Order: sequence, then C-alpha cells, then structure tokens
Amino acid sequence: MEEAVVNVPLEQEEYIINMGPQHPSTHGVLRLVVSLKGEMVQNVQPHIGYVHRGIEKMCENLTYQQIIHLTDRMDYLSAHINNEAVCLAVEKALGIEVSDRVKYIRTILSELTRIQSHQLFWATYGMDLGGLTCFFYGLRDRELILDIFEETCGGRMIVSYNTPGGLMNDIHPNFQKRTKDFIKYFRKTLPEYDRLLTGNVIFQERLKGIGRINREDAIAWGLTGPVGRASGFSCDIRKHNPYSAYDKVTFNEILYDEGDSFHRYQVRMDEMWESMNIIEQLIDNIPEGAYAEKMKPVIKLPEGEYWQSVETARGELGVFIESDGNKYPYRMKFRSPNFVNLAPLNIMATGFKIADLVAINGSLDLVIPDIDR
Amino acid sequence: MKFNIYDLTSFTQWIDSSLRASMSPGWAVTVEMIIIGLAILIFFALIGLFLVYAERKVCAFMQNRLGPNRVGPGGIFQTVADLVKLLFVELVPIKNADKILFNLAPFIVIVASIMAIGALPFAKGLQAIDLNIGVFYLMAVSSMGVIGVLLAGWSSNNKYSLIGAMRSGAQIVSYELSVGLALITMVILAGTMQLSEMIEAQRWGWFIFKGHIPAVIAFVIYIIAGTAETNRGPFDLAEAESELTAGYHTEYSGIKFALFFLAEYINMFIVAAIATTVFLGGWMPLHVYGWDGFNKVMDFIPPFIWFLGKTFGVVFVMMWLKWTFPRLRIDQLLTLEWKFLLPINIFNLLLMAFLVLAGWHW
Amino acid sequence: MKAFIEYIRSIFDGLISLLKGLSVTGKYFFKPGTTWTQQYPNNRKELKMFDRFKGEVIMPHNDKNEHKCTGCGICEINCPNGSIEIIPVTIVNEEGKKQRIIDKHIYHLGMCTFCGLCVKTCPSQALAFGQEFEHAVFDRTRLNKILNQPGSKIMKGVA
Repeated sequence: MEEAVVNVPLEQEEYIINMGPQHPSTHGVLRLVVSLKGEMVQNVQPHIGYVHRGIEKMCENLTYQQIIHLTDRMDYLSAHINNEAVCLAVEKALGIEVSDRVKYIRTILSELTRIQSHQLFWATYGMDLGGLTCFFYGLRDRELILDIFEETCGGRMIVSYNTPGGLMNDIHPNFQKRTKDFIKYFRKTLPEYDRLLTGNVIFQERLKGIGRINREDAIAWGLTGPVGRASGFSCDIRKHNPYSAYDKVTFNEILYDEGDSFHRYQVRMDEMWESMNIIEQLIDNIPEGAYAEKMKPVIKLPEGEYWQSVETARGELGVFIESDGNKYPYRMKFRSPNFVNLAPLNIMATGFKIADLVAINGSLDLVIPDIDR
Repeated sequence: MKFNIYDLTSFTQWIDSSLRASMSPGWAVTVEMIIIGLAILIFFALIGLFLVYAERKVCAFMQNRLGPNRVGPGGIFQTVADLVKLLFVELVPIKNADKILFNLAPFIVIVASIMAIGALPFAKGLQAIDLNIGVFYLMAVSSMGVIGVLLAGWSSNNKYSLIGAMRSGAQIVSYELSVGLALITMVILAGTMQLSEMIEAQRWGWFIFKGHIPAVIAFVIYIIAGTAETNRGPFDLAEAESELTAGYHTEYSGIKFALFFLAEYINMFIVAAIATTVFLGGWMPLHVYGWDGFNKVMDFIPPFIWFLGKTFGVVFVMMWLKWTFPRLRIDQLLTLEWKFLLPINIFNLLLMAFLVLAGWHW
Repeated sequence: MKAFIEYIRSIFDGLISLLKGLSVTGKYFFKPGTTWTQQYPNNRKELKMFDRFKGEVIMPHNDKNEHKCTGCGICEINCPNGSIEIIPVTIVNEEGKKQRIIDKHIYHLGMCTFCGLCVKTCPSQALAFGQEFEHAVFDRTRLNKILNQPGSKIMKGVA
C-alpha cells in the first residue's frame, strides 16, 4: 500500500484522499488517489485492475463462437456492439458477406443499445450531482428498451445475440411494433430530461467550463466517442468507416468545440435524438432473408492479423485477432475506449475543486470492467 | 371547564387556575413548566416520525414508485422500526476524540430546536411563551444550532468531518442574514415583533397578499434561505452522500445519529412554521373582507388544523425543491447568498418600507 | 448598466429554469396512476416472462416422460466453461445391440453464463431455455441439476 502513493508529492499543506474502490460516484471499482490542497485538486492518480478477469487470455482457449459471450461482459452497457465487433472481424477474415436482413437488425439493435447506455448515463450523472429523481426517470425509460432486448434475445443486459455469420435466432414478431412504440414514447419524454436537468441553472453552473480539454490534446490522448467529439475531434467510426447498415442511413455527427463537461453531456443527449432518427429510417424496411449464413461448425481463420473497429456508446472499440490457422485465436486484443478515456483525467481535473472531480468523472462515462477486461 | 376548540385560552386558563388553587404559586409554575416541556417533547417526537415518513412517501411518488408500504398499513410504522433499529446499533467510541464535546453536540442542536418550538403560536391561546420580541427571539435561538454542528465536526477527530462542519458553518452563518432580513421586511409591514399580534393583524388578509410584491419576494427568499439554513435540499453539500463522506455526523452512530437526523427534520418544521406565522397567517383562517358566508365556512375548521395544514404545505414545497434539483457547490452557494440574495433582500426592504409609508398595502 | 441588466436577466432565467424543473417532478407527483414499479412478490401469480427469456437450461419432457437427448456430447464440447457434463451408459436395447444412451445430463447452474450455445448446437433440439428465474438457494450443491428426469427415456424417431 505504501509504495502506491509514494509518487504523489506530499507538501506541507497537501493531503491525500482516497476515493476508494467502493464509492458511490466512481461507477464501478476504480480507485482514485487524490492529492488536495485545501479544496483544490493537485493530482489525481487512478488505480485500476480491481475487475480484471483475464478475458483476453481466456479467449486464447475458446472458439470464435464461444468468445461472443465474454465480450458481453466487457463494456456491459454496449453488449450488442461488442458482440458485433467480434462477429464482423471473423466475417471479414473469412470473407463472408452476411445478408442485408442481418445488417439491418444488427444496426437497429446497436442503436437501441446506444440509447439505453446514454439513458443510464443521464440517470447516474443526475444522481451523482445530487438530483436523485433523475435516476428513477432514466431507468424507467430504459426498461422499455430492455423489454425489447428480452423479448428478442432472451437477456436484458447479457444478450449474446450475434454470432459469426449472423444472429442466433430470428427477431421476434413483436420486435418492430415494440420498437416503434418505444420511439414514439421516447420522443415525447426526452424533452422532459432537458427541462429537468439540461436547462437547470444549477446544473449548468456546475458543469460549464469544468474539465476542459482542447482538440489537440484530445487527438494526442486518443479520446474517441462523445468525449472526443465534444472537443471537436471528428472520430465517429460510423461515418468514417461504415459497417453493417450505416452507409444506408443519413445522420449527423455531433461535434462541439468547447470540450468541457457540459458539452460532453450535451453530445450524448443529441446522440440519442440521432439514434432515434437512424432507427426510424430502418425499422420499417427490414428486408427478408436468412438470419444467419451457413457456417462450418468449427471456424478456423486463415493465418494472419485482422482488425475491426466499431463505435460503441463510449468510443472506438477495436478487435485485433492474430490467428495461426487453428480454431482458437493465437492472440485476441481489445482496444477498449474507456481505458483511453480515463487517461487524461489528471490533466482535466487539476486545478478544480473536489466536487468538480465527481462531475468530470461522471462526464467521461466510464465503465470500469471495460478498462480492466 | 370550557373546552372551546376555536379558542384554547379558556382551556389553558382553567389548567392554570386549578393548579393555583391546589398549590402555592411557585409550585404551580413549576408544574406548568413540566407539563409544557412534556407536551413539546411528545410533539417533537411525533412530528419527527411523521415528517420522516412523509419525506419518504413524497419522494417516492415523485419518482414513480410507492415508498414504504410493508411495515404497518401503508407503511406508517416504518420510522418506528428505523428508530428501534438505531437504538440497537453499537455506539462506536472514537479514539482521541474530545468526549465531552462529542457527546454534547447532538444535544445542543436539539435544545435549540426545542427553544424555538416554545415560541410558536399553534392556535389561539396555545403558545408556550408570547414574547413581545417574538421574531427576534426565534432568529436568535435558531442560530444556536450551528454551534452543535461545529462541535460535532471538531470533536470527531476526522478531517472529513471537519471539512463538512466548516462548510456547513459558513453556509448557516451566511444564510442567517437572508433569513433575518426577510423576516424584518415583514416586521415592517406588521409594525410589531410579537407573534400573536402579527397573526391578529392578518385577520383580513394574510401578509403575503397584503404586502403584494415585496412580500412575495421576501417569501421566496425566505424559503431558499431557510432551506439552506437546515442543510437540506440543493444546499446539502455538507452531508452529501455521493461526495466524500457523510459530513459532520460521520462518526456518530445509533441514538446520537438519530438525534441529528431528527433535528434536521424538526428544523425544517420550524422554518416552515415561522414562514407560516409571518407570511401565511399562522392559525388565522383565510378571510375575505365582505364575504361573510365564505368566512363562516373558513372559521368552521379549527385554527390548529389551519396551522398544521399551512406548515405541511410549506414543508412539501421544501421537499419538492430537494428532490428536483442537483446540488450546489460550496462556492456557488456562498455566491448565491452574498451576490444575489443579499442585494435583493436589501432592495426589497427599502421597497417594503416605501410601501408602508405610502400606504399602498391592502 | 449593461452588467446590471445582465444581472437581472440571469436571475429571471435562472428562476424560470428552476420552475420548469419543478413542473416535471410536480407532474409525476400530482397525476395519479404514475407508479411504474411492479409489486413483486405480491404479483408472482400473474408474472409471466417472455418466451425467449433465458432463465435456466431445461430438457423438455413430454407426457410420456420422454426426452430427445441422445447423449452425443456436442453440448458439452460447445459449452465455454464446462457447465455441462454428460455421463453416458452402455445398455443392450430391445434389438439386442449395444447402445450408448444418456444416463445423467449434469448441468451446473452456478457456472452457466447463459450464452445459448448448448441450446443452439444440439442436433436433436433436446435442450431449451426455461423461464424460472428464482434460483436463490442456501446450499450451493443444489445448483448442480440433472436435466433428464428419473425413469425417462429417449423419444422414438430421434436419431
């Protein structure tokens, strides 16, 4: 324990506070060693690794269909998108083209995943800052999406619905109706979120100008997702390298210049509107076709290195597979967005107060199991 | 004995005369003080229990859920169950803590609250002590609570408690100013500081209607400052649960924590009761000059019910504020007071003085 | 002077935004019937999960106590973490030939990750997902279940 804090300079008026692994605000088991001078933060050191399960090592002993259920548990709020990343990598390596039906369904489910992840972000962010009713409103609306997932895929958070070659089952007959009802309901309810939190003068004063990071720093640190886009870094994989059905829909990429906590929050609110637009463009036009290609029972990738990146709710998730021709991958590496987004926490939070540290940490929207894998 | 529910002076006179008849005056006063003390303590406990239950139900309904509904019919014994559990909790002794101050701190807060309840007019004739400096006394006595908070933070020998207590102390002392100025605005309108006379003056219209614009501004400022005084609502940074620790009462457990917790709700009740007395007419029913039938219907409801109803209405507004808004940071809190509330308050005071002099109030 | 106007405007804007926020929570407080929560466990009799809900893995038996499991072991191979153990036994069937059939199909509910591969890859569709979700037990060994019921045998016509 002693050596963990010896790097932090200990002057006379400074003292160290440990926002320990169990904390209501750090959204998971993250330990932040904060060195304070009075009320000002001098230095923040995150200590990670409390949820390390060895997923990448486990993947070296599992076949490609079996890896899917592990990716659910990395960034568990973007479960579909994680599954889709591995499936796309394997399909690209084998040169398989899935049917349009599969592409449309994968895109619709990815966008629903994005909406529910941002709903949870709104709920927990409001709660962190003290507005405890935001938690209940956000989760109440998220239940509708989880019902859609449960009816089609069988699970609410752990879905395991994608598989290399397509989907596990076809969609439920109620899927389209439920999704359309949800979109109609949520278009009416999302302005309430703005009235309750976004327009609130207390909320804006708490967040505007806090935790600024400019565009050059965002590119240098590799920040992607809403964090990067709030600083002006145009990094949306759905626009730059479209996959699945993203080249068939039109949507805007949300970019702001200021790079402070309020705009990181605002990017996510606007992304919810864009996701609803994407779903509306696709939901009525799902083409007929097979829900999965015929694959061999044992999938063997040809020798070589393969890379696929997708846009999860938090940033760019990259899947790197190095195969030596067997049915198990030789090395599987995940470039996780949360690990990269956590890194500049020190430069963002230095100079602000301890209450702002909670606000900045919440605006990065970290999911700790994704950092530790 | 004449027990007139609309005018309890006859009841209290009867108790007084029967006591004086049977014992010497000194003993009679002592027995009366004991009776009043017991009545206030019982009232204190009942209101505390009710308010904790009400808060949980109110916040649950705002959050689309039901709140406590298992312990007793509709969950009304939930607070009793919580209290019994707190009585069984182990009292953890603190090493190197100042034991006398540590044990004294919750009691100071309770004493301040009880002294304030003593001066409130609950109904006509049901007032423990009717000072002619009523408003001044109430403000002075509620300021004593901050001593308990500072002692609690200091004697806990815990740096987070100390931070919390210092923040809370700065907050309470700053908002005392706003509370005082808002109440003085109404004293200008009333012309007296004695609470029972203030209520009598509101017979034909509550002060919030009589002194239209300045009174409404003063009411809003009083509600905001009163919420900040009790460390509640958007101003609860000192005991924020999602920040570092639980603030100045981190090291208290069991019955002492229950006393702090209860004192917070009682303080909320006192702030609301003062608001009711000064702005909304206390126990005076709503009368409109000239509508005799309406006035007779309004008089039918006993004054005690009017008082409690109005107070709980103000308490509901304070709870509504707490469960809607996020928290303010400590420097934003102090900015709000010194840069916004205080100038508006002073301006409002001048406006009210001008209004009274020009005779433009109703 | 401009700063003064800004000051007054900021007060009014702030107040209006606060009142808007109050209207949202006030609406949910005063409108009746806005409780969204389910009254579990009072509603257990009416509670019906979705058909595809992954509660646990079961082996459906028909009324004659027959199942479709041939004991091939494909589910055991496909399970990523070894939650299935197949214990076969060799018997002599009616035609006098030696046959391997399933003796015990052990399913470790405590280790299952609900990936669905066993259900998907079974060649005779012997396994399915059940909707029971109340699995809390006091003793962990009760989570090791045997899926084929005692005295059951394989249905005719399954390979």
